[in-house]
Amino acid sequence: MEVTNEPFLVTRLDQFARWAQKSSLWPLTFGLACCAIEMMNMVSPRYDAARFGAEVFRASPRQADLLIVSGRLSHKMVPVIRQIYAQMPEPKWVVAMGACASSGGIFDNYAIVQGVDQVIPVDVYVPGCPPTPDAVLHAVLRLQEEIVQGDPQAGVIRRHG
Amino acid sequence: MGDPRVRPPGAPPGGGAASPAPWLEAILAAAPGQVERLEPCYGIESLRVAPTALLAVADSIREAGFTMCLDVGGVDYLPRQPRFEVVYHFLALQGDGRPEQPRRLQLRVPVPEEAPEVPSIAHLWPSANWAEREVYDLFGIRFTGHPDLRRILMPDDWEGHPLRKDYPLRGPRDRAAATLPQGEQFDFLQARRPQPLAHARGGWRPDPGAGGSEAEGRDGHDGAGA
Repeated sequence: MEVTNEPFLVTRLDQFARWAQKSSLWPLTFGLACCAIEMMNMVSPRYDAARFGAEVFRASPRQADLLIVSGRLSHKMVPVIRQIYAQMPEPKWVVAMGACASSGGIFDNYAIVQGVDQVIPVDVYVPGCPPTPDAVLHAVLRLQEEIVQGDPQAGVIRRHG
Repeated sequence: MGDPRVRPPGAPPGGGAASPAPWLEAILAAAPGQVERLEPCYGIESLRVAPTALLAVADSIREAGFTMCLDVGGVDYLPRQPRFEVVYHFLALQGDGRPEQPRRLQLRVPVPEEAPEVPSIAHLWPSANWAEREVYDLFGIRFTGHPDLRRILMPDDWEGHPLRKDYPLRGPRDRAAATLPQGEQFDFLQARRPQPLAHARGGWRPDPGAGGSEAEGRDGHDGAGA
């Protein structure tokens, strides 16, 4: 192979794929409760999630790879969130935003699932009631760290091949 | 006579006059002996009607100009008998001319615990359709003649009626907690789904040593057909 003077970079395919995945997380437009207000703030000029490549909220799960569960999940919503999660292409990640999504929060009653991790796998939990947009941004950054350094199969539910 | 909106001294609070207005007399006459006039509630005329007389009274209420059924609610007065009460609120937009403002009417229907049944008024006020479904869902009061009496807030396969006073706060979790051994936790979703959820217990991430076997365990994620 002829060596040219064009600038080039050497990396591993795996590293390159992870860098690409973490640099363009597309969250799903999915607000469950009051936490969604803070989640919307995350992409506002004040917090500017675009700095970290996670500002493109998609209204279709087919185009999203990050599910931010922003609020309490009722038992009636369980089939819906299962289907939405199944419709997202892999690799996909889930952030449980706030006390209710993480553990049921103050709603220790018959109607609310005591944490979305009983229904779908969760990668990052964000404490707070509601968490500030900073905290959600922090969760996205933590998730990006995980994507770059963590289990390469973490966002994949079924292993292919 | 001064301003009709000013309550004269000695009159009952809330503006309810001592003698019923003509429109109210017509409603009281619709089912003589089965309609009881209660103390006005925040200025709203309030009637207690036996379930057997509800349809006749509802007809006369509709004729008296009450074109809107604002809400249908349920109340559980647990130790008391009859245990439940269904409360209706009606509104007549055109008023009766004195004072010039909309008229409101409250209807309370006592319901016994043994036979929690009330005739539906959804054929007179379509807005009562979903409201009655809500009362059925949360209190278990059946509305006979309702066109589509299904649960509306809780999942279709839910057991029990959560707003009854004897319903445990945590629902099936509380019920099962009494029978579980010490330290064990009731898995709510497990109890409601026939197939096991592998990822609901412990980690969901692929076990490095598990090979291809985890694909079966994660079938619950396919969800689309579930």
